[in-house]
Amino acid sequence: MQLTVWTYEGPPHVGAMRVATAMKGVHYVLHAPQGDTYADLLFTMIERRKERPPVTYTTFEARDLGGDTAELLKAAAFGAFERFQPDLMLVGASCTAELIQDDPGGVAKTLGLPVPVVPLELPSYQKKENWGAAETFYQLTRALCLSQAPKPGEAFERSERARPRCNLLGPTALGFRHRDDITELTKLLDRIGVDIHVVAPYDATAADIARLPDADFNVVMVPEIAGTAAKWLSRTFGQPATKTTPIGVGATRDFIAEVGELCGIDVSALLAEEASRLPWYSRSVDSTYLTGKRVYIFGDATHAIAAARIAAEEFGFTVVGLGTYSREQARDVRAAAERLGLTALITDDYLDVEAEIEALRPELVLGTQMERHIAKRLGVPCAVISAPVHVQDFPARYSPQMGFEGANVIFDTWVHPLMMGLEEHLLGMFREDFEFADGAAPSHLSHGGAAQAPVVEAAPVVLEAPANEDEAAPGWSSEAQDELKKIPFFVRGKARRNTEKFATERGLGTITLETLYDAKAHFGR
Amino acid sequence: MTAFTGQTRQDEAELRSPAAPRPVLKERGQREVFCGLTGIVWLHRKIQDAFFLVVGSRTCAHLIQSAAGVMIFAEPRFATAIIDDRDLAGLADANDELDKVVDRLLSRRPDIRTLFLVGSCPSEVIKLDLSKAAQRLSKTHMPGVRVLNYSGSGIETTFTQGEDACLAALVPELPADDAPSLMVVGALADVVEDQFRRLFDAMGIERVDFLPPRESTKLPGVGPNTRFLLAQPFLAETARCLQERGARRIAAPFPLGVEGVTDWLWAAAQIFGVPRDRFDATVAPGRKRAQLALERHREALSGKSIFFFPDSQLEPPLARFLSRELGMKVIEVGTPFLHREHMAEELALLPEDALVSEGQDVENQLDRCRDAAPDMAVCGLGLANPLEAEGVTTKWSIELVFTPIQGFDQAGDLAELFTRPLDRRARLAV
Ligand code: SF4
Repeated sequence: MQLTVWTYEGPPHVGAMRVATAMKGVHYVLHAPQGDTYADLLFTMIERRKERPPVTYTTFEARDLGGDTAELLKAAAFGAFERFQPDLMLVGASCTAELIQDDPGGVAKTLGLPVPVVPLELPSYQKKENWGAAETFYQLTRALCLSQAPKPGEAFERSERARPRCNLLGPTALGFRHRDDITELTKLLDRIGVDIHVVAPYDATAADIARLPDADFNVVMVPEIAGTAAKWLSRTFGQPATKTTPIGVGATRDFIAEVGELCGIDVSALLAEEASRLPWYSRSVDSTYLTGKRVYIFGDATHAIAAARIAAEEFGFTVVGLGTYSREQARDVRAAAERLGLTALITDDYLDVEAEIEALRPELVLGTQMERHIAKRLGVPCAVISAPVHVQDFPARYSPQMGFEGANVIFDTWVHPLMMGLEEHLLGMFREDFEFADGAAPSHLSHGGAAQAPVVEAAPVVLEAPANEDEAAPGWSSEAQDELKKIPFFVRGKARRNTEKFATERGLGTITLETLYDAKAHFGR
Repeated sequence: MTAFTGQTRQDEAELRSPAAPRPVLKERGQREVFCGLTGIVWLHRKIQDAFFLVVGSRTCAHLIQSAAGVMIFAEPRFATAIIDDRDLAGLADANDELDKVVDRLLSRRPDIRTLFLVGSCPSEVIKLDLSKAAQRLSKTHMPGVRVLNYSGSGIETTFTQGEDACLAALVPELPADDAPSLMVVGALADVVEDQFRRLFDAMGIERVDFLPPRESTKLPGVGPNTRFLLAQPFLAETARCLQERGARRIAAPFPLGVEGVTDWLWAAAQIFGVPRDRFDATVAPGRKRAQLALERHREALSGKSIFFFPDSQLEPPLARFLSRELGMKVIEVGTPFLHREHMAEELALLPEDALVSEGQDVENQLDRCRDAAPDMAVCGLGLANPLEAEGVTTKWSIELVFTPIQGFDQAGDLAELFTRPLDRRARLAV
């Protein structure tokens, strides 16, 4: 039994829903109680999908439990087939139905429907959302492609074509920027000289899945979801799979080189181009302030690893912590952390992540929706790099993470919360200037008496709940208090907090000018 | 859409029983409603020193955080003890595990005075006895922390029934008290509670208690001289438990809209012997303000048709308010469960031609909604955007549970919840 405040991943059947909802002509019959229908809102509210997910829930109740709940499942499956006329049905159970053991797999076999019915066994008490999506995608692929498998020792015959073709595997509904990454990768592969054969599961039909083996290779776009299926396709049909996820400039270059090698295409011209603005923006002088900023990174394995490389190599940040909730890919994250001289945090316990961020006090947090909340509470800037995300992370504009345009987007997204950067220097330089004195209103506001309003100052203070109310905070000498006021308002909260913490730890009753500067020296890097 | 016959759990056309002379369409099929765990989202805000620990699966944890949505708090007073494989292997083990989780939790939160263990479908199916666990844990943690339990499972409770189960679990804890008192039952926003308290004060009703209280340690007394008013329509079990303790329910419509609030207050006033003129003088300013506030909305809503999908059991009083005070045309009033006794006053006030449906078969109901092409549909979060995409203006029902809508001074806000989606539609030219 695990105490869970927030969960990074949903249960595995939500992963199956992400696959079913991404596809066309697929319907999922889920043996589940009524409350489990909440999952619909993930798609209709968070992703703003216009259609309900193609899922029929049996919504059995306590009074059904004595009777024949398996019959209920059957009836729901027949009803769903009749109403939605899908080309393929998935049948499975959620956590509660798993306990009553109605054997959805067995039921699926007896339905006798004129379309393929794929049973899903997703152990809810061991596995989670991404695993569920991966397993579902693999089961679908296997069910629809196995009959084409070549005999042992023989090779699979692919049709003739002018350019090499690949499948893009892994994008699903509710994926972080999957929609735009498909477009970006399609453009990139086209520039390399590779055509897209099938994108799956996003917008794919059952017939498309059956065509997967005819591609020359697979691009594993989302390793957490496509990994299992790609391995099987490689084993069964001799289809190679890419290993690099093209997030960041360096990784995109590596990806181009990998694809070039796979297809025997010369990619040197493409590699020589500076196709992203990130490298120059990072080298430009105004980015000096980014140097050595201490960042904390947490997310799914793929995005966390990519972010760590980008942060270290492409922004010049110092990565102070790296972690993931993807236990299945823990090894890769550990290796990435080791390269940075860190020990990875592998956990799905939000409280562990919170504790680590609190202890490390980074200057920027790159994380999921959950870390956004932690960062907000601590008053640390934050950018979202990985699922789970909220509605604002499905932007209207084109904003991929992959490829060169993805790198541009990442540059803007990460720098935005730090935007004070350049201004930070100027403010530091001119802090004695009357314009930056406490009472001064921002220049875009009208001058006059209202300038004394404490609005500006109030903002950062509101964000910070006192760390521990019952501990008596040390008092400030008036001298130290005056000095504190000279610190720009947007870092003043942090200075106050650090100094108080410093004083409390040392049992100092009063904060003097000395204490203030001792604390500054202590916390300065 | 063609007639649909594949579903086995067909609509049962329903019968006029003498108690409810109105025909009710009863449906069984796929429900598209949250389970009772959802109540935690507002209950933990209301009872400020209580913690809600769901004993369930990852699905349960995911449901609560999804339902809480943007209302994420730094450290919420709810969490889930997620049952895993090892717990399923042996029950004794599960109890030890639960004890450990509770210890960890309570040591983190010394401010907690009441801990609710909230049962879920998985905990019910594996027959994890949470009432025993609560007794055991109470012994360990009393007097600092009282441990209670209730079920919010989806196989037993629908959405707001979670609050019912929670309050019912509090009833046995209420101290016995023979003094005459009025108890207002059902979670209300603090601001609404204060308004009602002022009104009862002005009428001269001396002792008025609210259940749930804001602090779990200040439980109101109950006894044969307690008369209670339901502030929410979904409290069947709580009412039954209170009646077992001798308290008597005051029959009334629910306090939504000018009419609802007036009748609700008057029902109590009569019992406590408040003279009509004193009552009238007390409610007059509030009534006037509410009527004024509704004026503007009547213009926007009058003649517009509305269709309710079942969600919170608030649907009948809402439909009554919208039809009688704002002139809306009610097509269907879906409710997950219809308590004929508690709802008698409301049903009597509903327009004759409104179809009342109980339970749900979401696909059939969507067909009816499409056929009726209402000006507005009130539905859950899973259905709202798909209906909007089909051209139906919607109001999310969950907001009606999270927003203060009861009382005179909220009547305008309540109406506004319905005018805003229509207003939005009218403004948009894209
Ligand atoms: S319906 Fe049951 S299993 Fe699903 S979230 Fe609610 S309590 Fe948990």
